[in-house]
Parts: sequence; structure tokens; C-alpha cells
Amino acid sequence: MSPFSPASLAAASFLLLALVLTSLFVGVSDVTVGGLVQGDAHAREILLASRIPRTLALVLAGMGMAVGGLIMQMLARNRFVEPSTVGTVDSATLGMLVMMLVAPGASVMVKMLVAALFALAGTALFLRILRTIPLRSTLMVPLVGIMLGGVIGAATTFLAFRFDLLQSIGAWTTGDFSIVLRGRYELLWIVAGLTALAYLAADRFTVAGLGQEFTTNLGLNHRRVLSLGLAIIALVSAAVVVTVGTIPFLGLIVPNVVSMMMGDNIRRSLPWVGLIGAGLVLICDIGGRLIIYPFEIPIGTMMGVIGAVFFLFLLLRRNARVA
Amino acid sequence: MAMIVLALLALTASIAFMTLGARGNWSFIIPFRGAKLLGLVLVAYSIAVSTVLFQTITGNRILTPSIMGFDSLYILIQTVLVFFVGASRISAANPHILFALEVSVLVVFAGLLYRWLVSGAVRSLHLLMLVGIIFGILFRSTASFLQRVIDPSEFLVLQDRLFASFNSIDSTLLGLSVVMVMAVSLAVMRMLPVFDVLALGRENAIVLGVEHRRVVTLGLGMITLLVAVSTALVGPVTFFGLLVANLAYLLLPASRHAILLPAAALIAIALLVGGQVVLERVFGLDAALSMIIEFIGGIFFILLVVRGAAR
Amino acid sequence: MIEIEKVTKSYGETVVVDDISITLPSGGVTSIIGPNGAGKSTLLSMIGRLLSPDAGSIQVDGLDVSKTPSDVLARRLSLLRQDNHMAARLTVRDLVTFGRYPYSKGRYTVEDERHVGDALRFLGLEACADRFLDELSGGQRQRAFVAMVMCQNTDYVLLDEPLNNLDIKHAVEIMRLVRRAADEFRKTVIVVLHDINMASAYSDHIIAMKNGRIVAHGAMQEVIQQDLLSEIYETQIAVESLNGRRIAVY
Repeated sequence: MSPFSPASLAAASFLLLALVLTSLFVGVSDVTVGGLVQGDAHAREILLASRIPRTLALVLAGMGMAVGGLIMQMLARNRFVEPSTVGTVDSATLGMLVMMLVAPGASVMVKMLVAALFALAGTALFLRILRTIPLRSTLMVPLVGIMLGGVIGAATTFLAFRFDLLQSIGAWTTGDFSIVLRGRYELLWIVAGLTALAYLAADRFTVAGLGQEFTTNLGLNHRRVLSLGLAIIALVSAAVVVTVGTIPFLGLIVPNVVSMMMGDNIRRSLPWVGLIGAGLVLICDIGGRLIIYPFEIPIGTMMGVIGAVFFLFLLLRRNARVA
Repeated sequence: MAMIVLALLALTASIAFMTLGARGNWSFIIPFRGAKLLGLVLVAYSIAVSTVLFQTITGNRILTPSIMGFDSLYILIQTVLVFFVGASRISAANPHILFALEVSVLVVFAGLLYRWLVSGAVRSLHLLMLVGIIFGILFRSTASFLQRVIDPSEFLVLQDRLFASFNSIDSTLLGLSVVMVMAVSLAVMRMLPVFDVLALGRENAIVLGVEHRRVVTLGLGMITLLVAVSTALVGPVTFFGLLVANLAYLLLPASRHAILLPAAALIAIALLVGGQVVLERVFGLDAALSMIIEFIGGIFFILLVVRGAAR
Repeated sequence: MIEIEKVTKSYGETVVVDDISITLPSGGVTSIIGPNGAGKSTLLSMIGRLLSPDAGSIQVDGLDVSKTPSDVLARRLSLLRQDNHMAARLTVRDLVTFGRYPYSKGRYTVEDERHVGDALRFLGLEACADRFLDELSGGQRQRAFVAMVMCQNTDYVLLDEPLNNLDIKHAVEIMRLVRRAADEFRKTVIVVLHDINMASAYSDHIIAMKNGRIVAHGAMQEVIQQDLLSEIYETQIAVESLNGRRIAVY
């Protein structure tokens, strides 16, 4: 079966559905199909209040971060960037913290918007620094991004330390889905909307990935495409950080795998990026729930290990090819 | 001349640290603050010397052992030990023997990994840095993964041991640290001219008759010991080494390690002890030093990169 | 005498030096010429033990370069590389002094100072002896490295494209120096050159390489031949005589 065919996409969707079902029935409380059919009220409540929200959150966040990574890579024209390696996520965290200090009573929506603004500013700052680097090598880009993230992170930690909020930023810096309940994840539906928007604008991002001259040559406004992309990335990152916390490396791994499989036509690859992103997050989360059952390993930790290994593989494989 | 000024600065900072705001019984204050001061001085010295040596070996002035993940590896080894040996046996063990064990494991692993990395297997410098940083993230994530898997009660034991900071220096290891630092310093002193030649780059050093592989291995061993000392005492500090090493290059346009190493160490002592005095006694901020160092150091790093130091 | 026996070196799939055996005589200037990627620099680096061959052996005066202690070789053989970027900031004098390291291991004597002074004078570097390398022009920097090699005072001197980035004046100066080293101080100089006419004007022997193999070697007149050069460089090259010199026109 060719990876391009709609049939294989359908098959992958089925796999994802299977993972979704698995996720619904894995957990400390006993929720079984039999029990539900027999009208077990407790199981039903757990399913509705916890399992379904959690699973939806996993799918949405996974999809969103993977797509965000893909767009980021197109805009920065670099395979090694994603929202958590260029300071976007760290800026969103700083934004959340500032809101907690300035307006702790604000609604979640307002907090998220402010976090998104911070994320936008942080990412723009990153792109600005990139432009000033004289000799810009492919690997310099993520390097500067990671350092910028570190600086923003240090500022955040310091503020949090001053105002005794270290506990709260801990919740945003390590992605964790065990806290997701009905009423606390709905913000993530924004991510679904943004992903759809990204799909509609897919061709523009493909063109932007070929460079500014190329874009202008085709009669597209490069600045506008860039702004649209940045807005999507910032909003997705902020929504994910606010609701479940940082999921590192996801936006890096998934677009790279898809690009190896089928190249960089975003209209074709974006559905795959979304699917695989959601699937990977589901697998990691289910694994995290099972490994030390009845305790849980947060997804941020799981992805940290898997993602770092994969990133190293990408880097060193490239090195072997160059040498 | 510059060296005398630096020495005076370091001394002033130390005296201020011992005396400022001291109220009450001196027989209590002297050993209490003295131990803390000794810890800070050891950490400053270890970070400064290990960073300068590492930069000489790699021929680059923005790489440091911490950026390359050395201290994260140490944390991982500590965690793995608790994971496999069990917290109860770990806490019952003699801390010195334990420390020695951890350090030996670290020397072996770091030696193998980093000799591979810096001996030319990884060709581009940016790749080398990125690989180092990602190794650091991998070590840290794996450590926190294992920490989650460990029984929560055992985790508490580990947390106590892992979260050493400038404010809670692990004083049980001070004696052993002093011995290790002195031993490494003696070895470094004997090799000072060799390091001078090493700074000319691998090829030039070989042409001038240095057994490059052997010297690099030895040097990495010394660096690892120093990193172990500073990480065991106060935990990981990413950017401090970068800051002091580059300040030393800036202030003293000398290439000889006989000058560079003491200068970097004095700068480190003055900054660390002085910074702690200012934060603790003037602003009343106890544990903020490491965050401020990360903040300033990170900006400094980006500036160095932007100005093209990482060619 | 440098004896190279069945030496092979490859990077992954590409064979860079392919089973080369040759004996280089003592004394005189030997140039290695050939198109890009012929394996010239790789061969030179292997003689200077910067790279180890995949197979075969190299002996300098009967000493196997892969087994002899590095500091023993450093008193017999010096090498100047093409690209000498370094992170450390050094003055010219510091750099040249390092040429004495193989003898005094960092404890420099009056004798060492004399050598350094001679080398600085010889290359006209006295005026900028205390300036930093990164403040110098490309030509001055190259001469500083040549001075360091001179200070090392070895019987064998290997130079890898020493004329890179030099204008005609400085290039000629370096080649005259090479000639003097061979004639007055009885050194054996082996030099990789890109410019055929520099090679024909200043060397006694020439080795021509292509695709990792030696295609011709011998006295200068034997190698600087119309047909041979045309074939090696895959370009029509005419060789003319002018004032007793052989000039290649292309």
C-alpha cells in the first residue's frame, strides 16, 4: 500500500481509533464495556468526567503540537525546530505566570490569550535573533532557540521563586494528562480549529518553506504567511501549555518522520502529521499509565526520553551521511 | 597586575561573606559560614578549571562541560544507583564510599562518551554542541523517568541527595572534595605546558609531539572529577563556567594556562561568593543565585553566538 | 629517507589514497602536484601521523610513524597545515616559541630564545612579534606559522599548500625560503602545491597524483611534460621553455 493513498490514511485512522478506545479503558478505576452496558453508574461517570476528556485532550494536544512543529519547521526553514526548542513554550509559561501575578482572577480564556501573546513575542524575538546571526548554519538555529528558551525559563523560575509559585510552573513545564477532567480541557478545541485553519492554508506554508524570494515570486505576501503561521503556533502552544503542560520534542519527531516518508507537500503530509502526533501521544500516555500502575509517569517525562533519543538519531544519522 | 586585583576581589568577597551581618556567637559562625564558604570556593574553582580545560581540549570557547551534559550524566548515575541498589541501602552506606563509587562510574562513562564526541567522530562543531545538549536532556529525562518509577518513599531519599543547591551545600562531602580537587590540581599543574600546546589544535599539537589521544583522555578524566565535585556539592550550574572562562580570556589576553587557570578560578570565586553575599545579605534572596547565573549566562551565550564566536 | 609502503586510506566508500608505495629521497625539495581530490593532502597528513593509514606503513629514517613516540618524531619531522584556525589568542612570538616545545617541553631556555629570534628575523616578523595573530594580514599569519615550523628545526619539513591566500610577492618569498632551507640547511622539504609553475621553478623532484594514485614521479624535467600534465589535469597544457625554466601554459 502506498503511503500516499487515501486507503492507507484510512487504515491509520482505524489504528488511531483503536488507541482511543484503549485509552478509554485503561486506568485505576475499573471501566469495562460490560459494566457500562449493564448500567454501572460509577463507571459511566468516570468515563464521562475523566476518561473521555483525557482521551480527547490527548488527541487534540498531540495533533496540535505536531502540526505546530510542522509549520514552525516550514517557516524557520529548518528541520530541527519546534515550539519547545525555540522558546515559544517557555514564553507561554512566562505569560501564564505573569497572569497569575497580575490578574489571578481572570478567566482561563483570557489567561490563555495572554500566554499566546507572550508565545508570539518570544517566537518573534527568536526569529529576530536568527536574522542577526552572521554565519547561520542549520544547527545554529535550534542551538540559539534552546538557549533562548533557557533564558526565558530562568526568568520565569526566578519570578516564580520570588512569589512562591514554583509549584504552579511545575504543572506547566511537565506535560501531564492525569489532571484533565471534564470542564478543564475544552479550551483545547481551539486547537482543532487552528489545525483546520492550517490545513486550509497548507499550500501557503509549503511555498513559504521554499524561501522569501520564492514566495514573493509566486505573488504571495511572505510577511502575511509568516504572521499567520506564527499566530497558529503561538495559540496552539499556549492552549496546550495552559491545559496540560509542555510536551517536548513531539513537534520535532512527527514532522521529521512524515517528511522522510512522503516529502514536504504540506497539503498531503499535514493529515499524517496530525494523525501520527495524536497516535504517539496516546501511546506514550497509555504506556505512562501502565508502567508503574497504579501510579503514572507524566507524558512530558516519557516524551523527553523518547524524543531525545530520536533527536540524537536524526542528528547523528545526518552526521554519518556528511562524513 | 590584573591577577592581583582579581585575588583582592576574591579575598574581599570571602571576608564579606564571613563577617557581614554576623551576629552572635563567633564559635558558631566561623565553622558554619566557613564550611559554606569552602563549598562555594571549591565549586567556583572546579567549574572554572574544568571549563577552561574543556575549551582547550575542544578548541572552542563556547563549549562547557555542563552544556555538553556532564552534570546531567552525574545526576542520572545517582538516580540509577538508587534505582538498582535501593534507597535504604544507599542511605545506610558511607557517603564517601558512595561518592567515590558514583564518581568512578561517571569517569568511565563520561570518558568513553566524550572521548568519542571530541575525537572527531562528530565533525561539525554545531552538531557537537547540539548532540551534547540533547544528551543532557536525555540524561535528565531518563533520570526523572526513573525517579517516577522508584517507590515514592525511596524518591524522597533521592530528592534530598539530588537537590543540593548553593543554599544547602552538601557538607558531608567537603573533605573528600578538597582531596580530589587538590589531586586534580597537582596533575593539571604538571601538564600546564601540554595544555598550552593543545590549545593550538589537534593537528598542531600532534606535529609538536603531543600524544593527543592520551592527553585528551587524561584531560577529560580530570574535567570529569571536577564536574563531579561541583555537581555533588551544589547540583548542576549550566552557564557559570562559560561566563568565567570567557571573562578570563577577555581580561587577560594571555594564552598560557599557568595564567588563565588561576585567573578564571579567581574570577569564579569573586563572582560566586560575592554574588551570594549581595543576594543573601543585601537583598535577602537566599536561593536565587543559580537562577540569576542561568539568566545572565544564557544571554551571554546567545551574544557570543550572534557575534560569531562559534565558528 | 621516507619510505611509503602499500599505503591505503579511505573515507567510507571513497578511496582517497590507493595502495601507494614510494621512497622519497633525503635532501632537496619535492613537490606533490595533482588535481583536487587526488589525495595529496591526505598522503602528507599520513606521513605527518595526523591520519593513520587503513593499511600499509610509513617510515621516516627507519622509524615507523605509527609506532614511534610522538615527541621523538616531532624533533625529526614538522608539518604546516593548510588551515590553521584556532580558538586561542596568541601573539606571533608565543606561536613561534611553540616550535621549540619538542625540545624543551615548555621550559624554554636561552637557546630556544635564540632560535625564536632567528626565525622571526628570517621571516621579517620582528616588527609584529608581539601582536596577536588575529590582528595580522593573511600573509603575515602564514609567515608566522612558517616561522614556527622553522623553529622546530627538523630534518624533514612537510608543507601543505603553503601558498594559499598569499599574493605573488609573499608566495615567492616562501618558495625562496623553501629553496634556502634545502640548499643551505640541508633540509628535506616536501610541499603540496597547486601552481604547476611554482613547482617547476622551485623543486628538484615532482610527484604527480591523481585519483589516489601516483601517476608520475621523478626529476622536475621528467614530470613537467606536455602530454603528462595534459592527461593528469584533463586540460590541454603546453610546456614552454623560458630562460631555462619550464613554464606550463593553460
